Amino acid sequence: MKFTAKVTIGLKEGMLDPEARAIQHALANIGFETEGLSTARVFTIALDAEDRAAAQALVEQMCERLLANPVIHRYEVEVLA
Amino acid sequence: MKFAVVQFGGSNCDRDVQYVISEVCGADCDLVWYKDGLKEDYDAIVLPGGFSYGDYLRAGAIAARTGIMDTVVRHAQAGGLVLGICNGAQIGAESGMVPGIFTMNASPTFICKPVCLRVEENTSPFTRLFKKGEVVRIPIAHKEGRYVASQEEIARLNAEGRIAFRFCDEQGEVTPAVNPNGAAENITGVLGGPARNVLCMMPHPERASEEVLGSADGKKVFLGMIKSIEERE
Repeated sequence: MKFTAKVTIGLKEGMLDPEARAIQHALANIGFETEGLSTARVFTIALDAEDRAAAQALVEQMCERLLANPVIHRYEVEVLA
Repeated sequence: MKFAVVQFGGSNCDRDVQYVISEVCGADCDLVWYKDGLKEDYDAIVLPGGFSYGDYLRAGAIAARTGIMDTVVRHAQAGGLVLGICNGAQIGAESGMVPGIFTMNASPTFICKPVCLRVEENTSPFTRLFKKGEVVRIPIAHKEGRYVASQEEIARLNAEGRIAFRFCDEQGEVTPAVNPNGAAENITGVLGGPARNVLCMMPHPERASEEVLGSADGKKVFLGMIKSIEERE
């Protein structure tokens, strides 16, 4: 079956996010005060798997082996129909 | 004795390293394209600086998952010498040869300048020609060089003498003010492998290997490796 998975990779709680800080600063410079800002990357992955659970497991393996680095990252996988 | 310098798409310090090893230090050194694999038993493998795969995803992440890195990791596990410089250090960390990760600088800018490093230990093949506590001058050039590891890993690195270099001032003081990228405990060189036979470092020793460049301190890293290989032979 064909599935599409949405993967969001973000930094773990408490990790320094220099890009977020720079963006927040830039927003403030053009008049937008924010109380917090964090960054994440989203991957949309099309794949073939036996069922939804198998698709979920495959994409989690992709996160473990390449997409995320467990030292600093957390990830969320959402399998869409 | 033979060195190999592995070239990935986007490596750009490969020829500089080869030049220093062969022309400055007098050892044989092959450039090996990653797809060709390591066809000989090399005494030392160098992962050079650059921007492998455009630093896409994370610096070093894609190169670390190429087939040749399986051979490099096996070489390291068997006690062979591996030196990862800058992007090579990122590849080494992403391959698990040293713990932690070299990630985005605390100020997310590219920093290129000479810095002072304190030699934290001098019993590894890479640092044996330095004095412990010696201050050396070797340039950095990176945007993703901030060393991050868990507190437990850093405690273990300290306890096992696996920290090779820390950013310091000219007197050797290690302070936040002289930490250019926000690295944990100013760490910028980490030793791995069963016999501290792997060094992942952000500064570029090949750019400080001749006096005409302003410092020849980096040459001692390569000469230390050569001496260690000679003693084995």
